[in-house]
Amino acid sequence: MKVKVNGDELELKEGATLIDLLETLSLGQAKVAIELNQSIVPRSQHASQQLSANDSIEIVHAIGGG
Amino acid sequence: MTVSDSPITIAGKDYSSRLIVGSGKYKDFQENLDALVASGAEMITVAIRRVNLGQNKGEPSLLEVISPEKYTILPNTAGCYDAADAVRTCRMARELLDGHKLVKLEVLGDQKTLYPNVTETLIAAEELVKDGFDVMVYTSDDPLIAKRLEEIGCVAVMPLGAPIGSGLGIRNPYNIRMILENAKVPIIVDAGVGTASDAAIAMELGCHGVLMNTAIAEAKNPVLMASAMKKAVQAGREAYLAGRMPRRLYASASSPVDGTFFN
Repeated sequence: MKVKVNGDELELKEGATLIDLLETLSLGQAKVAIELNQSIVPRSQHASQQLSANDSIEIVHAIGGG
Repeated sequence: MTVSDSPITIAGKDYSSRLIVGSGKYKDFQENLDALVASGAEMITVAIRRVNLGQNKGEPSLLEVISPEKYTILPNTAGCYDAADAVRTCRMARELLDGHKLVKLEVLGDQKTLYPNVTETLIAAEELVKDGFDVMVYTSDDPLIAKRLEEIGCVAVMPLGAPIGSGLGIRNPYNIRMILENAKVPIIVDAGVGTASDAAIAMELGCHGVLMNTAIAEAKNPVLMASAMKKAVQAGREAYLAGRMPRRLYASASSPVDGTFFN
């Protein structure tokens, strides 16, 4: 299935969870925050949150800024 | 006689340093960290942005270099031009930082001036305060808007001294004074400082703190400038507490006029 991650299309296997996505992106250990279709998914739910086709996911972190 | 200062309290936490620094525009994380240490600051701003997918794998992230255990991380809403984006950014920051409630709200008006969009700032501030955030808010140097933001429940009001990144100094000290006269929350000059004397002027006016990024990061030697800013903020604060002498148009002799032997 196709999902959108940070604006880019990505192919994932059916039934993939947010943790699966993070591991696909080598972000399994990264300190990030995630929105799924504009709703925040708490870190504690990354493992259980299943994704569906056409989901839109935003993954953010902290960078330098003033 | 005391020469020590009381700490500044923001959202219930005491800080002995009145300088808040940014983490943008540095050559690398190490330079940023060295400047942070030299500045003595205990609070540092960060931006919230998309992770670069497939790039820089394995490189340390900012929060691995600048520890949230050691420093108060102040996530900002830089780059937001309306209230909805700013609120969304703060909620992402809260999730990222494990429930952290302190944020720097800035809603910008246009890219050329980076002047605050005050109407959207007011809307976002109301929503964030209602949602339980401790809001430090970047705003114009308008005393009425500053008061309104305090009434909404912001924990600190942060008027600009001059446009972000301009280094033009405190352009309207009289407005800053008016804001200070009416304030019940910390007033922190955010943006406009170019060099140490600008920071000292802000503190001499009675500001409770100064927030800066570019003045340190874009100095030829950022670590040395960070050290200069630490001293300037302390010097300005002490001068404010000490109370300056009155200005006079004409001279006033420092040596006694009586007792000279030459008449």
